[in-house]
Amino acid sequence: MLSNITLGQYFPGESLIHRLDPRTKLLLFVLYIVALFLGKGLVSYAIMAIFLIVIIVMSKVPPSSLLRGLKPLWIVIIITGVLNLLFSQGQTVLFTWRRISVTLEGCYNAGFMIVRIILLVLCAFMLTYTTSPILLTDGLERLLRPFQKIGLPVHELAMMMSIALRFIPTLVEETDKIISAQKARGADFESGNILRRAKALIPILVPLFISAFRRADELAIAMECRCYHGGEGRTRLHQLKYARKDYVAYVIGIVLCVAVGILGRRFGL
Amino acid sequence: MEHDTIIRTEQLCFSYLQEEGKLPYQVLDHIDLQIERGSFVVVLGRNGSGKSTLAKHFNAINLPVSGKVWVSGMDTADEALLLAIRRQVGMVFQNPDNQLVANVVEEDVAFAPENLGIPPEEIRERVDSALATVGLSEFRTHAPYLLSGGQKQRLAIAGVLAMQPDCIVLDEPTAMLDPIGRREVLETVHSINRQRGVTVVLITHHMDEALDADRVIVMGQGTILADGTPSEIFLQVELLREAGLDAPETVKLLYALRKAGWDISLDGLFAEDCADRIAAYLQKAE
Repeated sequence: MLSNITLGQYFPGESLIHRLDPRTKLLLFVLYIVALFLGKGLVSYAIMAIFLIVIIVMSKVPPSSLLRGLKPLWIVIIITGVLNLLFSQGQTVLFTWRRISVTLEGCYNAGFMIVRIILLVLCAFMLTYTTSPILLTDGLERLLRPFQKIGLPVHELAMMMSIALRFIPTLVEETDKIISAQKARGADFESGNILRRAKALIPILVPLFISAFRRADELAIAMECRCYHGGEGRTRLHQLKYARKDYVAYVIGIVLCVAVGILGRRFGL
Repeated sequence: MEHDTIIRTEQLCFSYLQEEGKLPYQVLDHIDLQIERGSFVVVLGRNGSGKSTLAKHFNAINLPVSGKVWVSGMDTADEALLLAIRRQVGMVFQNPDNQLVANVVEEDVAFAPENLGIPPEEIRERVDSALATVGLSEFRTHAPYLLSGGQKQRLAIAGVLAMQPDCIVLDEPTAMLDPIGRREVLETVHSINRQRGVTVVLITHHMDEALDADRVIVMGQGTILADGTPSEIFLQVELLREAGLDAPETVKLLYALRKAGWDISLDGLFAEDCADRIAAYLQKAE
């Protein structure tokens, strides 16, 4: 029932994109977002789209799975498009119905907003599809480390994230078992209205929570037994190291961002 | 003498706090115990005999209410020595799922050395050697949840081995495993004891896991009921019954024969010895 849940949605691979340092990919993702909001016209978005397509092709992630990932977002995308279409200010009125008028500028805005969202989501997918959750956590921990000085518990957050990821399959398996056990006792999860179905979940959630707390307790002792005492003085088996390809990627990213920024803000393209 | 003993307890008492007015429940009652370096010790006892609580005193997870515990001469009550003690005495628990930390096998083994601040190159060596010892080298990059129960438990052992401890305490490590997983784990533990000279304290309620130990300690009601070699212990059928334990099948057979009037000795722990005793008796009877 729950076996097909994929979280993190990582596609293992050996491509150049996969082998980039997770920090590089995270920062390039941020740069890409900045560039998306600096862009103004057809030219800048074409450049952004081509850039992303090149990355997708290089990563060898099947495009069909990217499109499948977009599916649940269609509604958001369409609503955003319609709102932009109807409520943009503009001079060239195409037609008016009651007090709402559709303008040429509104059409452009709606189109660009849709492209913007799609590119943004696809870029986020590329980040998670080509980076294993562990590396992603590691990269985040390293990038956020400077904030430790102002009291952000960076190591603890990263540890929590990686333990959460580690326990997802265990807890999914456990949920499956509890559901089967409750079904064997005659529990009914499939009929009735939403309220009834929500109520039917209680006998699943209660044992799940109790067992999760028990697991947490045992895990904490096991971690103590293995000399865990926080992030202080901790070393890592896999050290994150920048290679030449990472520097090249940074240069490309910055050039792209600046170029799109100039095109968009200066020339309105 | 001190350097031959890795763990020593002196008048160790432990009880859990209870509501006011009630007498605290005495889990451990004045335990005096010495465990020799390099030995393979099995602690037997039924549920509630205090065996797990005793084990948790060996690496300062529990601290004595009164009495003392020393690990290689270090007092476990001394907080400054905590890491040094835990690094020497590693611990493996019953449920393998609840003691694995990382998403990748080798990352999990690396957890303890990472905590100890060991340089990456040496972590690499320790991880490789620990995984080779438990026979999981080929699963290096797998996710732990894809492993079988026995493999997960061996991974947990590797995670402890990577600390290079002098002693490993295993708290019912086979209780949740199928027979194959159980055998895998026991073989691994025995080979670690023989080849690496690591002291092993195995806590269990399976008699047969105690047969080839150097020493067996039987616990009940928070005290040590018996302490000796397996052949000494398992002959005391009445004592075992009192402790809520069962003698091995072989001894039970000999015991039943003796009760039926055979003049036969009980020291046939292993099936072949047992058969020899019976054969010898039959020959003599003829």
